[in-house]
Amino acid sequence: MFHWLEKNPFFFAVGVFLVIAFAGVIEILPSFAEASRPVVGLKPYTVLELAGKNIYKNENCITCHSQLIRPFKSETDRYGQVSLSGEYAYDRPFLWGSRRIGPDLHRVGNYRSTDWHENHMMDPKSVVPQSIMPAYPYMFTKMADIDTAYAEALTVKKVFATPYDAPNGTKLGTLEESRAAALEEAKVIAADMKNKEVKDAVARGEIPQIVALIAYLNRLK
Amino acid sequence: MQSNAALEYDYSVAKLFTYATILFGILGMSVGVLIAAQLAFPELNYLFGEYGTFSRLRPVHTNTVIFGFMISGIWATYYYLSQRVLKVSMAESKFLMFIGKLHFWLYFVGALAAVVSLLLGISASKEYAEFEWPIDIVIVLVWVLWGISMFGLIGIRREKSLYISMWYFIATFLGVAMLYLFNNMEVPTYFVSGGIGSIMNSVSMYSGTNDALVQWWYGHNAVAFVFTVPIIAMNYYFLPKESGQAIYSYKLSLLSFWGLMFVYLWAGSHHLIYSTVPDWMQTMGSIFSVILILPSWGSAINMLLTMKGEWNQLTENPIIKLLVLGSTFYMLSTIEGPIQSIKSVNAIAHFTDWIPGHVHDGVLGWVGFMTFAGLLHMAPRMFKREIHSKKLIELQFWLQTTGIVLYFTAMWIAGITQGMMWRAVDEYGNLMYSFIDTVAALHPYWVIRTLAGVLYLSGVFIFAYNMIKTMTSSKELAQEPKNQSPMAA
Repeated sequence: MFHWLEKNPFFFAVGVFLVIAFAGVIEILPSFAEASRPVVGLKPYTVLELAGKNIYKNENCITCHSQLIRPFKSETDRYGQVSLSGEYAYDRPFLWGSRRIGPDLHRVGNYRSTDWHENHMMDPKSVVPQSIMPAYPYMFTKMADIDTAYAEALTVKKVFATPYDAPNGTKLGTLEESRAAALEEAKVIAADMKNKEVKDAVARGEIPQIVALIAYLNRLK
Repeated sequence: MQSNAALEYDYSVAKLFTYATILFGILGMSVGVLIAAQLAFPELNYLFGEYGTFSRLRPVHTNTVIFGFMISGIWATYYYLSQRVLKVSMAESKFLMFIGKLHFWLYFVGALAAVVSLLLGISASKEYAEFEWPIDIVIVLVWVLWGISMFGLIGIRREKSLYISMWYFIATFLGVAMLYLFNNMEVPTYFVSGGIGSIMNSVSMYSGTNDALVQWWYGHNAVAFVFTVPIIAMNYYFLPKESGQAIYSYKLSLLSFWGLMFVYLWAGSHHLIYSTVPDWMQTMGSIFSVILILPSWGSAINMLLTMKGEWNQLTENPIIKLLVLGSTFYMLSTIEGPIQSIKSVNAIAHFTDWIPGHVHDGVLGWVGFMTFAGLLHMAPRMFKREIHSKKLIELQFWLQTTGIVLYFTAMWIAGITQGMMWRAVDEYGNLMYSFIDTVAALHPYWVIRTLAGVLYLSGVFIFAYNMIKTMTSSKELAQEPKNQSPMAA
């Protein structure tokens, strides 16, 4: 049979494909519906949080930070309650990471505050003297992309039926409404910050990246 | 039957991909050394403003090495050896020549655009699949062109039986196509929302745990089908050619090939041990990773036994040295991976430097050495000149071997140190170390790793110099060498 296959490239290719596709069909497909079900009470990200999550995504924060607390006492002592599948239901893409050069962030909102993040992102060594994390000063002057975040929320609402605008859930509304809502959220965060440029920008009606990122990090609980 | 001697193979596409391999090798590995140094000396994050942080550059390193250096290397060797094992010249078909050149140029332009997009901070944040959707489309087109090129050439072949190397190239084509398509299923938000926001942004088709499963099915097997399968294809051609020895066992190659194809795909979930993925999948990942030793070692042993009775060549020919040590590093790497997949070991190893350590003994030792050896073997035949210098290959070999050993030993110690520190508790059961203590402890190993990277990278520069000299000013050859590649002292 193998000699015959080696003389018939088409059937050879079909054979190889069947053999390599087999594992995916058996291993990945069966639990798809189950694994994507949200935990009770999980709300979709607000547009501001989503803008922050996109900064986290585009800057590849996952190269150093995980978002996955494994079921060991040493991990739950350090980071908090073990991670559950349903908590990630609205994460597209997932942001678990694969290397902890820095600590896990899945519940960072429980033990770090807005002003801690503000100081840390501007100059990590001012908070953690031995830190090797780069500073991200440009996030204080560049503006967050609220429109793209809105487009993303609208997309997951339409395509994946993510429950925006559901009772007691996260409100999305129109682009104008969500711009206004994002600004309101940003004002609350900026009130806890001391950077003058950030405060001025928010007062002008603009939202610096750092504000969106902090909104996202505070949401991680 | 036509006589083989009458065939004049056309290497124009193979040459283009050879240049690209050297270029992307230097680029990707230089960035690798820089980001290794950034961990030891964080001030280096600020060399290029926002474009120079570790988080921007790490995907540039991985993608340039995987999709720049390695994919070019695969195609350089593919366009060289496919003509020879199929006994047909690309020059016989104007159509295939056109497709081959289009394949190269679309790839090259796409690769440059891809690097720029990562530097600009456009990323989908799925490892080795960071590119956003417009670049994914270019990659799919490039891949389709390779498919047309390969199956076109197979269609007009004279040698009816496909040689082992062709099995592996066909598997590379199918495997990467399947994995890449499914993992990069994403919905561009600009179009669905009716033109709001950035055109580059997209959301993954899968969410959370599902996305993780698909990603590591991809992530692990992209390594399989880029860093293993085509490298075996190279080894099966270049080792017998360079040594003049026949492959030790056809049956072993058969077993290893079909075994590898079946087993590899299951192992992806070993990246998700103790995650929120269902437990049985984690266990399957563990078990199949251990089974994977069989086909991996099958290929490696087949390679080593091919040298049976001819081990003296190891001292005489540095290309054989690269090929044999490459196969040995493959054995090391494919026993290390399964060990890390055992749940209790994974509990310590996961999230630590032992993982990049494992990747690098595979890619530096196995993938790098095979690719350098392949291109060195091809150079005298493509450019019709002898290799510029044997001494330089020797120097490259020893610098890089020292680099690899330093690299993985440093990373083993760093990984296990950090894994143990994370879980260490005092007599009352409280955690002994704050997170930053476990980072500070790694400084010396990160310095050693940077040094190791510098050694390996200097080897790459020596290789590049040797290749350029071979192409331009080495002694011309009157006829093609049969086995051992001619080289000046």
